[in-house]
Amino acid sequence: MRSSVGDGNRVFAARGLTKVYATGSVLVEALRGVDLDLFAGELVLLLGPSGSGKSTLLNILGGLDRPTAGEVRFRDHDLTQLDDAALTAFRRDHIGFVFQFYNLIPSLTAEENVALVSEIAPRPMPPTEALALVGLAERRHHFPSQLSGGEQQRVAVARAIAKRPEILLCDEPTGALDSRTGIVVLAAIEAANRELGTTTVVITHNAAIAAMGDRVVRFHDGRVADVATNPSRRPAAELIW
Amino acid sequence: MTALHRKLLRTLWQIRGQTLAIGLVLGCGIAIYIMAVGTLNSLVAARDTYYDQSRFGEVFAHLKRAPEALLPRLTAISGVKATESRIVGDVLLDLPGVAEPARGKVVSVPASGAPLLNAVTIREGRNLRPDHPDEVVVSEAFAQAHRFQPGDHLAADINGHLRPLIIVGIGLSPEYVYAIDPGSLLPDNRRFGVLWMGRKALAGAYDLDGAFNDLCLTLAPGADIATVMDEVDRLLAPYAGVGAYGRRDQLSHALLSGEIDQLKVLSRMVPPAFLGIAAFLLYVAATRLIEIEREQIGLLKACGYGDGAIAGHYLALVAAMVAVGTILGLGGGYWLGEAITAIYRQFYRFPFLVFRPEAATVAVALGCAVVTGLIAAIVAVRRTAGLPPAVAMQPAPPAAYRALPACIINRLTEPGRIVLRNLWRWPLRSALTLLGFALAVADVIASLFAYDSIERMIDLDFFHAQRQGLIITFSDLRPWHVVDEVARLPGAKAVEPFRSVAVRLAAGPRIVRTNVTGLAPEGTLRRLVDPKMKPMAMPDQGLMVSTRLADALAVTVGDQIIVQALEGRRMTRPVTVAGIAEEYMGKTAYMSLPRLNRLLGDGEVVNGAYLLDDPQRLPELYARLKKAPIIAGVALKAAALQSFRQTIAQSMGIMLTFYIGFGAVIAFGVAYNSARIGLSERSRDLASLRVLGFSRIEVSYVFLGELTLLMLAAIPLGWLMGYGWAWAIASGFKNDLFTIPLVVAPATYGWAAVILIAAVTLCGLIIRRKIDRLDLVAVLKTRE
Repeated sequence: MRSSVGDGNRVFAARGLTKVYATGSVLVEALRGVDLDLFAGELVLLLGPSGSGKSTLLNILGGLDRPTAGEVRFRDHDLTQLDDAALTAFRRDHIGFVFQFYNLIPSLTAEENVALVSEIAPRPMPPTEALALVGLAERRHHFPSQLSGGEQQRVAVARAIAKRPEILLCDEPTGALDSRTGIVVLAAIEAANRELGTTTVVITHNAAIAAMGDRVVRFHDGRVADVATNPSRRPAAELIW
Repeated sequence: MTALHRKLLRTLWQIRGQTLAIGLVLGCGIAIYIMAVGTLNSLVAARDTYYDQSRFGEVFAHLKRAPEALLPRLTAISGVKATESRIVGDVLLDLPGVAEPARGKVVSVPASGAPLLNAVTIREGRNLRPDHPDEVVVSEAFAQAHRFQPGDHLAADINGHLRPLIIVGIGLSPEYVYAIDPGSLLPDNRRFGVLWMGRKALAGAYDLDGAFNDLCLTLAPGADIATVMDEVDRLLAPYAGVGAYGRRDQLSHALLSGEIDQLKVLSRMVPPAFLGIAAFLLYVAATRLIEIEREQIGLLKACGYGDGAIAGHYLALVAAMVAVGTILGLGGGYWLGEAITAIYRQFYRFPFLVFRPEAATVAVALGCAVVTGLIAAIVAVRRTAGLPPAVAMQPAPPAAYRALPACIINRLTEPGRIVLRNLWRWPLRSALTLLGFALAVADVIASLFAYDSIERMIDLDFFHAQRQGLIITFSDLRPWHVVDEVARLPGAKAVEPFRSVAVRLAAGPRIVRTNVTGLAPEGTLRRLVDPKMKPMAMPDQGLMVSTRLADALAVTVGDQIIVQALEGRRMTRPVTVAGIAEEYMGKTAYMSLPRLNRLLGDGEVVNGAYLLDDPQRLPELYARLKKAPIIAGVALKAAALQSFRQTIAQSMGIMLTFYIGFGAVIAFGVAYNSARIGLSERSRDLASLRVLGFSRIEVSYVFLGELTLLMLAAIPLGWLMGYGWAWAIASGFKNDLFTIPLVVAPATYGWAAVILIAAVTLCGLIIRRKIDRLDLVAVLKTRE
């Protein structure tokens, strides 16, 4: 069981994380004291209804946002102490993102969208190779508008893994997709985790997906409700919803 | 090429319409600046170089006759560098194929062929040869108007003798850069020309052997011109000198300087405003364009791109727009400058007048464009790049709309509410669009009002004040009864005498050199009018002054002016200002003719007449006038008016067309950018409305309603701004020669509104097609 792996393999350690957003005149408490550890090479699923704080946690782990209070450590670094430039370098060197709505640059082809990241990463793989990993080598000269939703999301996965990140953070990667397409995308993420050894966090509100992870962290109302460990991972291809 | 570079190129291609629209406005701003300032600099450079090379005189004096022996005494005046004595005369020209008489100025050239001062530049043919008294060099503009070539013949009535002449050369002189018949405001090259002839030939014709009747001189550095002129006047007084005057009062120079002053006003008032408008539009468009890219900026940050790289990317985007504007502006500016300079070459005869803007001018124009672009990009990128990437990547939250008063909202339908709330939601953005539209309207008014003002000048001068057909000037003072002879000429319906006297008017420390014109007391052909163009009676006593003269002397009715005649017995007399007459050109004073003659201690004399002609018998009248020995000149009102209108059309046409076109470009540029960016921001909302069952027309109404409302609100604001701008230009234009009355005709306001409405409508039609093509399915599939 991976959670039993010693501290030496711990990648992230979050303690007492809170995050309060001010939306207009309303204060929204997105996180209310989250403690969580993530370990090297594991595939963790964050499960919970929308608004439960999953995305906020992911954004803070990925250096896209800062907590209001609490501490989050990436190996020996306290992320809350890093300035903008250091956070940028942190994202560039260690993190790959996959977003629910793909966030591809519409004016760049599939290959160029991947190149956008591989060009600034320290030890990237060639964009074609990353696209081949997600089964899109043939479609590399297509623009986002010429690709289906599933294909666009796979380009986003390719873009995330092209830099060989230590961490892959996926926010509802199948949220906008039908189940068959969703499974293809999850398989690509699973392959990256397995073949590159990338620590992977996948957010979903779809409980059926939970079976593919090493651990499942359930969120409720800005808190971690429980953490469960799967005895064995079910391959993405066998998932049904 | 990196992926980011590719994105830049593709984005630019995608927004090419906006890039071009912004580029056009910016280009117009740059072009107009380069044109105006470049033309001004070129004209000043041509003038200064030419004056210097041709040794243009600095003091001029005309007299009746002085012996050549006087010249060394004149040269010896302290402060004088060089002197040149000449023979100058007014002649009537008989030209093949021209019915009406033309006027000429003959100027002597020394036997050496090379005057010490005011050198004549031979453009075609050759210089005069001594001992060939019938040879003549004619001025270029005049030669071109009549297609004269060296070898052609013409005849001139010199001092009462008709003399056949042969043209040997075509030339230019600094004295006649702007060759114009004294008394008119604009050149008429068909009816006025300068003829340079040998000194000996003219001495024979005017009976001035060993004598001269005209003098010009240059000054030593540091010389005091007033002292020199006083001394010249003192030496020439016994020889009936008419008073020395400086370059400032030399006709060609004064008119050229007037034009340069106008250009200065123009280049100070108009191009900076246009450049400012262009900069403002660039700023608005660039900030909004970059804000649309908010999510992509967020993504780039999420991927690990630093602020510097992102800022650089968007700076390059704005730089490309600036580059388009710069290329259009430089090309357009040079093209326009060349075109305007070509027109100037028609009016101002320099041996060389080329459009060559100074490097500094180009640098200022480009600097403005680049700095604006930089500011726009930096402000916009900072605003967006400042957001944490997680926030930036999310679509901007629904805008917080503010409640509008219920009394307004309740009267509107839902689409109407959307329109109004949107305007209210973005007050600054709405205000900037409104301001852009208003500037377009103001620009058209500030350009078009020139025509209204000129119509007013024409109406007052050519129709209300001057009601004669011809002005006849006699070669000398004549007894009053000569007028009866003129009245007997064929086709003369009415005749009134006048006398014009060169004077120096002084009121306190202010001195103006001008003419007093004595008018027949009960005259109706030449009238003075008040600002409402009602005729004013000529008082028996006192002096009537024009508005401009009253301004120059700072006098009003009842004040005293010292009149010093510069001819005849050179009497000095105090006279009271009896009235102020509205005039836009010149600085003339008027008096009752008998009173003027008494004042100067002369008998009943006149030196010209106003004549009302019967158009049917005009050819007959012309034929007789050409042969009348006492007539030195004939000025035709119809011809003057026609040439005035032609000249205005030529000289102002291009520039005003461009300014008005620029107004249309601003209106379109503001509308197109505002609408195009608004569409990017709100296509989802609009598509949602379509999904909800709104028709295309209703959706267009929601979107274009904003623009229409802003456009309508901009019209009165633009009118107000346009009037203010016109006022600034009119007050700036007061120069030595004329004043531009501030008149804005209702039609001008109308045209300004029409141009704005047309530009916005065109833009609306283009945007409408895009609204019609909104992808309804896409909006349902993607986020929110």
